[in-house]
Amino acid sequence: MSGANDPYDPKEVAALSPETLQAAVEKAREEFSAAADLDALAAVKPAHLGDKSPLLQARREIGALPPKARSEAGKRVNEAQGLINAAFDERRAALQVERDERVLREEGVDVTLPWDRVPRGARHPLTTLSERVADVFVGMGYEVAEGPEVETEWFNFDALNFKKDHPARTMQDTFYVEPENSGLVLRTHTSPVQIRSLLDRDLPVYVVCPGRVYRTDALDATHTPVFHQVEGLAVDKGLTMAHLKGTLDAFARAMFGPDARVRLRPSFFPFTEPSAELDVWFAEKKGGPGWIEWGGCGMVNPNVLRACGVDPEVYSGFAFGMGLERTLQFRNGIPDMRDMVEGDVRFTLPFGTEA
Amino acid sequence: MRIPVSWLIQQLQLNEEHRDLTAEQIADAFVRVGMEVEEISTLGPVTGPLVVGRVAEITELTEFKKPIRFVTVEIGDPEDTDSDEPVSTQVICGATNFVEGDLVVVALPGAVLPGDFKITARETYGRTSKGMICSARELGLGDDHAGIMVLPTGEIAPGDDAIDLLGLTDKVIELALTPDRGYCFSVRGLARELACAFDLRMVDPAAIEVPEADSEAVPVTIEDTDGCARFVVRRVTGVDPTAPTPWWIHRRLMLAGIRSISLAVDITNYVMLEMGQPMHAFDTTKLRGGLTIRRAKAGEKLVTLDDVTRTLDPDDIVVCDESGPISLAGVMGGASTEVSAESTDILLEAAIWDPASIARAVRRHKLPSEASKRFERVVDPALPPVALERAARLLREFGEGSIQPGRTDVGNPTAPAPITIAMDLPDRVAGVRYDRGVTVSRLQQIGCLVDVGTGEDGKPNVTAHPPTWRADLNQPADLVEEVLRLQGYDTIPSVLPPAPAGQGLSPKQRRQRAVSRALAESGYVEVLPFPFVAKTVWDQLGLAADDIRRRTLSVSNPLEADRAELASTLLPGMLDVLSRNVSRGAKDVSIFHIGQVVLPRTERVPMPEVGVDGRPSDEEIVQLNGTLPVQPAHVAVVLAGHRQRAGWWGKGEQASWADAVEAAKLVARAAGVELSVHKADLAPWHPGRCAQLRVGGFPVGHAGELHPKVTEAMGLPARTCAMEIDLDALPLTEHRPVPHVSPYPPVLLDVALVVDDEVPAAELSDALRAGGGELLEDLSLFDVFTGEQVGEGKRSLAYSLRFRAPDRTLTVDEATTARDAAVASAAERFGAALRA
Repeated sequence: MSGANDPYDPKEVAALSPETLQAAVEKAREEFSAAADLDALAAVKPAHLGDKSPLLQARREIGALPPKARSEAGKRVNEAQGLINAAFDERRAALQVERDERVLREEGVDVTLPWDRVPRGARHPLTTLSERVADVFVGMGYEVAEGPEVETEWFNFDALNFKKDHPARTMQDTFYVEPENSGLVLRTHTSPVQIRSLLDRDLPVYVVCPGRVYRTDALDATHTPVFHQVEGLAVDKGLTMAHLKGTLDAFARAMFGPDARVRLRPSFFPFTEPSAELDVWFAEKKGGPGWIEWGGCGMVNPNVLRACGVDPEVYSGFAFGMGLERTLQFRNGIPDMRDMVEGDVRFTLPFGTEA
Repeated sequence: MRIPVSWLIQQLQLNEEHRDLTAEQIADAFVRVGMEVEEISTLGPVTGPLVVGRVAEITELTEFKKPIRFVTVEIGDPEDTDSDEPVSTQVICGATNFVEGDLVVVALPGAVLPGDFKITARETYGRTSKGMICSARELGLGDDHAGIMVLPTGEIAPGDDAIDLLGLTDKVIELALTPDRGYCFSVRGLARELACAFDLRMVDPAAIEVPEADSEAVPVTIEDTDGCARFVVRRVTGVDPTAPTPWWIHRRLMLAGIRSISLAVDITNYVMLEMGQPMHAFDTTKLRGGLTIRRAKAGEKLVTLDDVTRTLDPDDIVVCDESGPISLAGVMGGASTEVSAESTDILLEAAIWDPASIARAVRRHKLPSEASKRFERVVDPALPPVALERAARLLREFGEGSIQPGRTDVGNPTAPAPITIAMDLPDRVAGVRYDRGVTVSRLQQIGCLVDVGTGEDGKPNVTAHPPTWRADLNQPADLVEEVLRLQGYDTIPSVLPPAPAGQGLSPKQRRQRAVSRALAESGYVEVLPFPFVAKTVWDQLGLAADDIRRRTLSVSNPLEADRAELASTLLPGMLDVLSRNVSRGAKDVSIFHIGQVVLPRTERVPMPEVGVDGRPSDEEIVQLNGTLPVQPAHVAVVLAGHRQRAGWWGKGEQASWADAVEAAKLVARAAGVELSVHKADLAPWHPGRCAQLRVGGFPVGHAGELHPKVTEAMGLPARTCAMEIDLDALPLTEHRPVPHVSPYPPVLLDVALVVDDEVPAAELSDALRAGGGELLEDLSLFDVFTGEQVGEGKRSLAYSLRFRAPDRTLTVDEATTARDAAVASAAERFGAALRA
């Protein structure tokens, strides 16, 4: 810097002296370091890197030097300038990191706050169970067949070899549809769908029939007048009771794991002959592994095949069926069947959408 | 059917291997051959002093609220002076069904009765009671708790050990018998099944000599040969009406659950249990002339044993004498000819009735009985004379009666027809190779006469002549079942048949799953309400008098008398479920249901008579299906409370008509169809907040907020919303989109249109879309405004339009032209003006 009365010595300009430059660098470093944040850094920046900064002032004096001294002085100023730039960049980078960290820190929230504005939904476990059963049989090559819930007695009884006035008909506790002798009932089982399948489809027939059925049982912990069944029917050449057992064993394993298997006990159903009660070995049975009554099955009664126009001399078949409420009840250990039918959302919600 | 184990064992010829059959082994054997065992009940257990006592003196204590007796009971022989045992005791008793001189069972102090009931001497009702006189139930002998068990006199003496006498170490097996096995409703049939199961021989109680009859007992005419296949009567005279039933008969009846009434009645019941032939006893002196079996005449009346006057149906089979009907055949006898406490001249009847007629009569008169249970199934037509012989002999032995030589035996019972099967048919049905001779030996074991022959194909066959008691055997499959069940189902292997080529789920089934999942994923909980509704619900829902949904089918025997209608809409059931949830404290409820509804046809179609001997004709199938109501699958949702909940984040959002419409759109999207929304007014919805839902121009359902009157009438939360769609009405279009994705940038332009506020937004959007042409890629409504600026009765709808060309970058000019065309279309259809 040249004062008005300083003696002019073109070789020795104070502003360009190494000491002065050194002091400017030191001062800049000091002030940059002292800047607490990016705003403070920006505020002190002009004093060291702006038009009025000592180095820019000094650079203007270079022209006054004798040519020989100019390059040396220029080099000195550039060096000092480089040091100040570096000090600034370094400080700015440091402050930016600091600021970013702070911003992220300040934006932090309590992610454990509950966020359940949209209500949860769920499918009824009987629906998903029914689909699961259907899928097992679809995997075995079966197709899923359905039919009406209000059904003619012909489909629900006659064609299934229930003789008129035979006690087997009254065994089913049927809901009759008005008027008297309308010939219509609420189907007591999904078996009429077997008849419909045999009438509608080409042989061989392999179908599984899930659906809602009705019996006049009062609602209690183990009975409900409206419940769900799933039945299977296979009609082909050469089917045997061993095939029935093999199919049921495969089904039991698919539903209850590799140790599951079935046991057949002789019984009676009008639409099968021979007929059997069906027990399943259930490893998680309350009180230890054991047999649980699961459903009924048998070889399709030739009378049923005949009623559907299928020649029992050529074709044979097997059929089986079980209640889904009962299956769900023992599989999940649900003590009271009423919970399944009353529609309390607290029962269904834990099952989610794909139980 | 309940039967004591000791009785069953008595009918078996035990061998070394089966010397000590237990009740459990017997139960297992029953299960193996197809009899379901409900229960094995152990009698007792009773320990300690339990003796027979004779009621010596009864003192009625009258100072208490109920009748109390102080009873002196002889429990030893007072003449026997050698014994140190007390000869009498005194007990307090609350029952009054015994008199002095009766034999009773006395539990003395130190005895322990079932339920760990310890008997001690104690002070009660101001006396010292040293023991207890027991009812059958207190002894674990049955459910009869009507009073003290009074033992028959004769072979029993006071002081006898009652534990042995009562057979308290015996067990009772209760079986649930399937309707095909009529013959198993007897010890005879059950013993035969056990004999098969254990490969033992049985002692057939029906194998008794029946002497030739030299004359008729009474003249009998069967007019109704369809209703009565055989009718046999035998007369026993000089019966002592006061003779007690022997203890062993009394005990077996009691354990089987049948009460002792009188010697004659007890004997008929006993023989029924033993052989399976129900019988009836008439007082011969009360009969007027010969007997006739016929159907009742319309309007005829009969006073039955229970003193009820019954109006007979022309389908009822009756036994008549000259006075008219005296017995409702197979169901219940008449009062006029009843065996009374004075009867000495008894006419025993055993008959074979038409099972179906008996079943109908039982239902008609609501009179199920032990006899009808057997007649409804099948009774061995060879039994009547045998059972009568047995009963008559018992009456002679225990009632001092004299059997009259005459016997009337009329009718034409048919024997089961022979059945021929290939020798290896059981093997082919089971999928097993049985040992040679199995088919023949098993069929012989159940009582068939078997001929072995050769079929037309040169292969061995078997002709079985079923025994008289097996009328259920009438086709090859029936014989196969006998062989398989006696060989044991556990010998059948497990073989998975080769898989057929299935086609997977049908499009309709896939759609239903998609709809169900979509609704669940968006917060709806599936419920499965019953389809039964009350007629009154239609008024609560505010349906017009001629509303089609009021036309319902109903069931004739509903569980709840006021809920006989089958729902024509899913809403009543859904609203019930909503109410239940709300009553249990739920506030925000969103539920859905997919189910069939029942829509009766306008005209009643008569039910065709279709046989089962072969496939019905196509025409018959159409006729059968024509009688059914239409039963489409519907889907419905019901919402109440918040659809978006309130919480720490702020206020929730009340479920609204819009959520119901959105649910419909969800369903449509899952079903792959386009749904359009139209303004509608249909109960039970709010007239201003009801949308009709259409697919392809056809109405498929409705959605919106329920009418406030409906929510009030049904006690539902205010502003409950609902949606119902006929799923089956949605077309099953194969969803096969061919999307073209343009890589060029869009041009976004907004328009605000002022229209009459009656103009539906959906239709205004349609107008814009129609005018915008192919360049209009998308539009969305982002603001709806009403206020002074737009004028009375008007509203402003602001849309954001997105234009894009498939093959080039669209210029703003092109987009503006397209927008103007869109606006012009809206202006033309609805007089829409651009908002300044």
